[in-house]
Amino acid sequence: MAAHEMTGAEIVIKALVDQGVDTIFGYPGGAVLPIYDALFQQNNIRHILVRHEQGAVHAAEGYARSTGKPGVVLVTSGPGATNAVTGLTDALMDSIPIVCLTGQVATHLIGSDAFQECDTVGITRHCTKHNWLVKSAPELARVMHEAFYVATHGRPGPVVIDIPKDVQFQKGEYAGPQNVVHRTYRPKVKGDIDKIKEAVDLIANAKKPVFYTGGGVINSGNLASQLLREFVRLTGYPITSTLMGLGAYPASDKQWLGMLGMHGTFEANNAMHDCDVLINIGARFDDRVTGRLDAFAPNSKKIHVDIDASSINKNVRIDVGIVGDCAHVLEDMLRIWKSKARRPDKDALADWWKQIETWRGRKSLSFKTSEDVIKPQQAIQRLYELSKHRETYITTEVGQHQMWAAQHFPFEEPKHWMTSGGLGTMGYGLPAAVGVQIAHPDALVIDIAGEASIQMCMQEISTAVQFMLPVKIFILNNEYMGMVRQWQELLHEGRYSHSYSDSLPDFVKLAEAYGATGIRAEKPSELDAAIRKMIETPGPVIFDCMVDKFENCYPMIPSGAAHNEMILGDDAEGATVSEEGKMLV
Amino acid sequence: MSTDEKVERHTIAILVDNEAGVLARVVGLFSGRGYNIESLTVGEVDQAEHTSRITVVTAGTPMVIEQIKAQLDRLVPVHKVMDLTVETNSVEREMALVKVAGTGERRVEALRLSDAFRARVIDTTHTSFVFEVTGTSSKIDAFIGLMRPLGLVDVSRTGVVAIARGPEAM
Ligand SMILES: Cc1ncc(C[n+]2csc(CCOP(=O)(O)OP(=O)(O)O)c2C)c(N)n1
Ligand SMILES: [Mg+2]
Repeated sequence: MAAHEMTGAEIVIKALVDQGVDTIFGYPGGAVLPIYDALFQQNNIRHILVRHEQGAVHAAEGYARSTGKPGVVLVTSGPGATNAVTGLTDALMDSIPIVCLTGQVATHLIGSDAFQECDTVGITRHCTKHNWLVKSAPELARVMHEAFYVATHGRPGPVVIDIPKDVQFQKGEYAGPQNVVHRTYRPKVKGDIDKIKEAVDLIANAKKPVFYTGGGVINSGNLASQLLREFVRLTGYPITSTLMGLGAYPASDKQWLGMLGMHGTFEANNAMHDCDVLINIGARFDDRVTGRLDAFAPNSKKIHVDIDASSINKNVRIDVGIVGDCAHVLEDMLRIWKSKARRPDKDALADWWKQIETWRGRKSLSFKTSEDVIKPQQAIQRLYELSKHRETYITTEVGQHQMWAAQHFPFEEPKHWMTSGGLGTMGYGLPAAVGVQIAHPDALVIDIAGEASIQMCMQEISTAVQFMLPVKIFILNNEYMGMVRQWQELLHEGRYSHSYSDSLPDFVKLAEAYGATGIRAEKPSELDAAIRKMIETPGPVIFDCMVDKFENCYPMIPSGAAHNEMILGDDAEGATVSEEGKMLV
Repeated sequence: MSTDEKVERHTIAILVDNEAGVLARVVGLFSGRGYNIESLTVGEVDQAEHTSRITVVTAGTPMVIEQIKAQLDRLVPVHKVMDLTVETNSVEREMALVKVAGTGERRVEALRLSDAFRARVIDTTHTSFVFEVTGTSSKIDAFIGLMRPLGLVDVSRTGVVAIARGPEAM
């Protein structure tokens, strides 16, 4: 027995190695010093020192989303743990597997308001999929392995393991992952075959079908994207996706309608509104997508595939709900479709596409360019054109720039697009880019940012410089919290209360102060050369792209409106929001 | 849609791993998502297996009740969730300790009524009784209602426990 005994800190490291972890993101402090000491004495795990614990979690999210592996975070007790809360909530909302280790005061001090004590499991109970307080070293190995299992199985999510300092010193026996079987948690991955048959029947008999896919396809893995592509092409049906699902289906394909929802395309939202069969694969009927619920796809039969049973019938009544993992269910759907030699209704489909083409003809993403001022949409289009020959990963902050990125930067592959969808966390993009670049050292990683958002986790540029991560921060600088300004214009008669970005730093000098490169573009004529220079610069770059201050993000379904009540860019003048809509966010 | 539907009262049994914080998870789920708790009871039911059973009485539209069950089911330490109101024929009981103070006519009347409810006297002084009464929640409500004018001073209720009829386990 004695031979297997290790300290709690050593158990933590050994468990991480046995779980295949090679990188963790963290920040030290008193309550995790023994783990930092154990890290110091080994070479299997690389520790990326961030500059703020929120950054550690977002970096781990970027790492996780671009690799499909769980992201691992190590922070100290008290303020270390509370600083991680935003990141954990973000990961919970977007179903990102994160294992976050927090230090805690020694067990005999818990509850005494000790220095840097906080009730971490209490605080994070609501923003994790599950959490544990480990009270002795002998249970540590089991909890570590259970934590990885819970974070990565079923609907993925963040978990927290709170480890008191005395437990890190205490000795206990180690057990490997193969010895740990979870007592209760057995998520269902195979869908009910009768339901799948029923769904295939509905799909085959549809006259006006549409696929509506989401982040679940990405989370399920690359196989799910492949199967989705095969099934969608086999049917010839149109497909749209949520913000989180971009890249699962190639944007260059002719069946692709673009993103749906509040800032989705005219064709995607109208197809949703008019469809007779809605095929939801791995999306969750979020309010950004549905708009007014009682007017959502009102004449459709709805199929919903989701690994989380609680997503089905939560916001929208479902006709055929299938609990299971997207890849498994798609595989069964394809098999049944083929074995029954199903064929879509050719004539109906041709009419449907004709209708869709007229919506597409509306060109809802178009915008007017100008000679003297850079349009934000144009900047993103140029960024795409000049980077598409590279392996490019995009992260974003939150605001108009995020929506413009989703609209104007096409994705061909899954796991190349990381954005904070559910929580809408300003400050996500830069640390996420750090995490992506760690996982993909040779790729081009760009954070499409706003000048306001970027200041929320700006400090992580220092992490990028330290670890020689050549991330590019592409700021669409409109000197406004543009999305807030847009809503104030629409909802509050243009009273721009505290949405002007005053006293901005000089981003070029800021970059230089951090030891990075700063580039500024102010005129459309300078844009291409400046973007090229950014891409060619070997280290981290802050690109200050001065854009039109008053451009609004269209199309837009205002809060409380239906999919077929969109505001389009060219007739947005004087648009308003209903009284009920004003109550919504 | 869901708002047009009628609100129903459901008794839900939840078998959980008896780990630290599990009750907080269940209660936090109800408060965090805005569901009702009309009654909640909890107790360990298998010491060797470390399992506890939580019984919750809640109210909501059918869609909300479905949501509550699905949300409970996805909590990691939950073994099983059972809706005793729809899935099976079940029996429910609640117990209350009811203290009534008074003398003379009122005291006699309290004792007489307690007999009709098959309540037991478990403590008595010259000026008070403590009754133990068991039954459905509505029976206990009725008993308390009758005691109110007769000198009701204190009530302690266990909340509802429930179990399915027939030979099967949960
Ligand atoms: C942490 C956080 N605080 C506040 C908000 C609300 N919010 C949403 S968008 C936005 C403005 C973002 O401004 P900027 O980064 O400049 O982006 P733009 O909309 O101008 O492109 C704000 C304040 C948020 N999403 N996150
Ligand atoms: Mg801005």
